[in-house]
Amino acid sequence: MAVTVLIPMPLRPFVGGKDALELDGGSVGEVLEQLTIEHSGLRKHLFGDDGRLRSFVNVYVNDRDIRQLAQQQTQVAAGDTVSIIPSIAGGTAVADALPKLSHEEILRYSRHLILPDVGVEGQRKLKAARVLLIGAGGLGSPAALYLAAAGIGTLGMVDFDVVDKTNLQRQILHGTQTVGVPKLESARRRIEDLNPNVQVETFETRLTSENALDIIREFDVVADGTDNFATRYLVNDACVLLGKPNVYGSIFRFEGQASVFYAKEGPCYRCLYPEPPPPGLVPSCAEGGVLGVLPGIIGSIQAMETIKLVLGRGELLIGRLLLFDALRLKFRELKLERDPDCPVCGRNPTVTSLIDYEAFCGVGAEPAYEGAEVTVLDLKEELDAGKPIAIVDVREPHEYEIASIPGARLIPLGELPERLRELDDHAEIVTHCHHGARSLKALEILRAAGFSKVRSLKGGIDAWAVNVDPEMPRY
Amino acid sequence: MTLVLGPAQLAAIRQHGEADYPHEACGLLGGMLDGDRGVVVQLVPLANQRTDAARNRYLIDPEAFRRAQARLDRDELEVLGVYHSHPDHPPEPSAFDREQAWPRLSYVIVGVARGRAGEVKSWRLSDDRAGFAQEPIILEERKVAWQSPS
Repeated sequence: MAVTVLIPMPLRPFVGGKDALELDGGSVGEVLEQLTIEHSGLRKHLFGDDGRLRSFVNVYVNDRDIRQLAQQQTQVAAGDTVSIIPSIAGGTAVADALPKLSHEEILRYSRHLILPDVGVEGQRKLKAARVLLIGAGGLGSPAALYLAAAGIGTLGMVDFDVVDKTNLQRQILHGTQTVGVPKLESARRRIEDLNPNVQVETFETRLTSENALDIIREFDVVADGTDNFATRYLVNDACVLLGKPNVYGSIFRFEGQASVFYAKEGPCYRCLYPEPPPPGLVPSCAEGGVLGVLPGIIGSIQAMETIKLVLGRGELLIGRLLLFDALRLKFRELKLERDPDCPVCGRNPTVTSLIDYEAFCGVGAEPAYEGAEVTVLDLKEELDAGKPIAIVDVREPHEYEIASIPGARLIPLGELPERLRELDDHAEIVTHCHHGARSLKALEILRAAGFSKVRSLKGGIDAWAVNVDPEMPRY
Repeated sequence: MTLVLGPAQLAAIRQHGEADYPHEACGLLGGMLDGDRGVVVQLVPLANQRTDAARNRYLIDPEAFRRAQARLDRDELEVLGVYHSHPDHPPEPSAFDREQAWPRLSYVIVGVARGRAGEVKSWRLSDDRAGFAQEPIILEERKVAWQSPS
């Protein structure tokens, strides 16, 4: 029953310099036992103090790893070859010691610890991980909650906003108690309650080309929950330049997208969208609305992918764009290819440092409207003085139903070019919308059509509700 | 033991460390034993297979090791050791390096601080696995060029 055992070079001095031995045994375990009895110096190199084969010692029976067979119970017969093959590992001292788990943490994470793909080692990786969330809003809320609950050791968050009542329909990180409080403060309170083991690092600032590299550099994974194109391109480019994975999510009305942009292993956001859409073409959530549960689903997917990245397990959304349609309840998947000509991650990148993303996305490139705007208080005064003014409401009918300014005429922005005839081109006109952005576009359309006395209501109907008519509901 | 490297090999190890920064670079040292000198003849740079924690871990899995060894076998060379980089850390073996180490191999470590390769040191594990001892590195220009047939 002689089996040939091949000895790798580093161990040969322990077996008298031989590269192969003939040994007896019916299983791999028996053969190794025999080997270490005959050559006792080998034992501590092959087996750890717990008696188990060391992780860097690989045993093959005729070209097959015993991990894929029956481990040490793998049967062997005369003529078989058992090879001991090294794998070689090491690393710097930092993560040497992945942080240990306290008894409280072991109890808290017990449902993770009994998962074969997480276990104690995985949970310690989560504890060692540093994850940065850009935005503590719709997507950042579920992502922050699940990542904190899962035991991510350090959660960084970038946001500069204050909790507003309109956020609460979807931003479940915040609550009625924290309306008016900075979002990061609100997030810190909620996370400390959910899991006090998490270190929260807050960056109460707008992410800019000046600070992005310094902030992102300190983290392992970035989850992007931004609501504007300038920041999205900024996050993408900074992650590519720093070699960080960027877990992307975006939502609009009833549809969402998610992917993992990791230039080391696949495409980046610019491979998918080399150029931003023209400003104003894609409305924001504030303009277009969003179903509250939708960011819950997409943000949770971002949390999931982040955890998989940290654990190094499973198939990631790298090179795949997940599309979710809430109304049809369908997930679809597009395969994304790396663009060899991508300006940031391609073969000959032209973007090698951060640029001016607001200019890139056309923000601020709109013509100046100085003198073209009227404040709600001035308008109220003019109306009270009996000045004949035609107020044109360019919002959508469902918005008009929520609240409207008395006497205003509803012509949704999209219909305006066809309905110019309904307006008198010599009259004083004031356009208004929700917050004052669409009404500026309406003003542009009207001026181009020859209307000379047009102004736009600054701050829209929302400013009207705050400053003129407190009885009016805000939305 | 003394490790003998060619100046070009030392430069290549440093370059590999810089190229893969901030991740750990790794590879094997192929060569011949000559008394108490391990003479490196060929470097086999390998991809770090730890994509989950490449900043502070490296891994050469058994398949990669087998392939590299097969390549060295053709040239009748042995695996004399391993090189790897320590991004933003000194070239001293960590406790993790020791836990994972094989005896009788040279462990060459290059410290790479902020993308720039610094000191290079070589270490060997003691036979009782208790610790690493530093071994001298000698630079020698070889007169005969070794070339892998591939």
